Amino acid sequence: MLEKPTLLSNSFRFITIAMLITWLIMPLVPLAIWSFAKGWFFPLILPKYWSLNAWNYALSDTAGVLESLWLTIFISASATILSIMIGVPAGRALGMYKFKGKEYVELLILAPTIVPGIAVVLGIHSVFISIGLTNTIPGVILVHLIPTLPYMTLVMSGIFSNFDPDFESQARSLGASPLKTFYYITLPSILPGIIVGGLFAFLVSWSQYILTLMIGGGRVITLPLLLFSFATSGRNDITGAIGMIYILPGIIILILTARHLSGRSAVGGFGRI
Amino acid sequence: MTHVSIKNLTKVYPGLTVPSLDNLSLEINSGSLTALLGPSGCGKTTTMKMIAGLLDQTSGDVTFDGTSILKEKPENRGVVMVFQNHLLFPYMNVQDNIGFGLKMRNVHKDEIFNRVIKMLDLVKLPNMENRMPKELSGGQQQRVALARALIVQPRVLLLDEPLSNLDAHLRFEMRDLIRNLQQSMGITTIFVTHDQEEAVVLADQVALILDGKLKQYAQPDVFYKKPIDVVTAKFFGGQNFIKGTSKNNNFSSNIGKLALPKDCLQGNGILTFRPENVQIGKGPKSVNTIKAKIIEKIFLGTQTRLKLSIKDEVIQAIANPNEVDEKETGIEIDINIPPSCLWVINN
Repeated sequence: MLEKPTLLSNSFRFITIAMLITWLIMPLVPLAIWSFAKGWFFPLILPKYWSLNAWNYALSDTAGVLESLWLTIFISASATILSIMIGVPAGRALGMYKFKGKEYVELLILAPTIVPGIAVVLGIHSVFISIGLTNTIPGVILVHLIPTLPYMTLVMSGIFSNFDPDFESQARSLGASPLKTFYYITLPSILPGIIVGGLFAFLVSWSQYILTLMIGGGRVITLPLLLFSFATSGRNDITGAIGMIYILPGIIILILTARHLSGRSAVGGFGRI
Repeated sequence: MTHVSIKNLTKVYPGLTVPSLDNLSLEINSGSLTALLGPSGCGKTTTMKMIAGLLDQTSGDVTFDGTSILKEKPENRGVVMVFQNHLLFPYMNVQDNIGFGLKMRNVHKDEIFNRVIKMLDLVKLPNMENRMPKELSGGQQQRVALARALIVQPRVLLLDEPLSNLDAHLRFEMRDLIRNLQQSMGITTIFVTHDQEEAVVLADQVALILDGKLKQYAQPDVFYKKPIDVVTAKFFGGQNFIKGTSKNNNFSSNIGKLALPKDCLQGNGILTFRPENVQIGKGPKSVNTIKAKIIEKIFLGTQTRLKLSIKDEVIQAIANPNEVDEKETGIEIDINIPPSCLWVINN
């Protein structure tokens, strides 16, 4: 099963982990420093003065950062739940059953990950205007499904292709209703996939900019929108503080679900992207 | 105790034109153990799944004690199917696996526990209730699967290849266990197998299904003594088939005239007899003694297989090694086939 660790594989591992940390953490370091800086100009390596001004502003009621944080959490959570509700049955159909035109359905589901978001959203925008979904939170949640659903569906299709439907037949035969069969038999088997797919759906929704801007029409201000407006206005300290708040949920979710990410079958679905 | 009646049951899978099961009709007695025998893909498992409600039939009916069950949902049929690969729920320990059916019937926790413990004793797995399925051997998993099915006291128990995943020595144990539990609980049981020996040893009645069609439905010994056709005889290891004519309890063919038992078919037919019923050089000359030449002799340890030629025909015989030790290839011997061992198949 496991290879015996050798000096070579150990040092290789060490280098890999070190590189990963460098790439993941290093870009965030200036952001963190900026959020506590007061006057940090070239060629200084560290800021001249330190200050909590940016944090005080970001966490105050007037800035609207916290309001925007709750709104973003609400939108991403809603998009995630909807993705799960649609992605689980869709993934089951793709992973477990053969049907005519299956490859076209797969391609259609994958399409949003290939086609640029701006191209997709322009068409949807005119449709949403006519049904009054533009400038609304439900409209933004719905449009977030475009990039989140492919991830959810593909992860679940990977999970279901490894799931033996005879387990469900066995449960039915032993006297379980379809609902109980799902709860006691299917759900425990696919839960790692739901967690991994849900995590990705949440993070994909969390980082949407263009789709939120177009459909929200500037009325639905999520964190990325707020962050961008501060970044373009040259307030690097406040941008740093909001940036730190912005990456926090991702890190928390990652830590909570790290255990499930190691499941090979759960990540298997990504091989198809 | 439930009498199962299968009437013209047919299954045509979508996209196929040939039915996978074609007009199967069987009467299965209450409390009996019946084997559905046939090579893989002959429609056996399809039949089981339709009885269990896991697959829709194309036409036909299945009744339990005269009442059709086909409109009932699988969970309400009183049928439990045990799948070939055990399918123990991997997230549950042995106790929760066995108790699953009772839990679904809302039986109280304490009673489930007591009944699980009793069931574990019955299948000879005491003190195993906290093990996880992956910690069990194949034989143990099979017994847990059996216990999980029996604990709900189904009207009908369906077993899909119950012995096929087991090692030889475990097969005997499992066979006896299935037989004993089935008899003591009196549950009408249908099992599927591709192994004719398994069917013969375990079942009260055997239904041979070939290419989706029922060939013969009878007690095990009938398949050896009175096979319905050549294919059936061959499936059970029959090797001797001689064309000829049956008239007045005699069979005339290339090998001469042989006396038949009383209830044989008249007219043109095929004479068949088991290789093990050919007697070599036995005692006083009686009816049906013919001269045959040994053309091949293969020692198989506990028995010797002989290829004999009688005029233009070649027949197979199995003899006790002692009887043929000194008889070399090429010599002519007297063989004797008792009339009761002969049978005529419709041509």
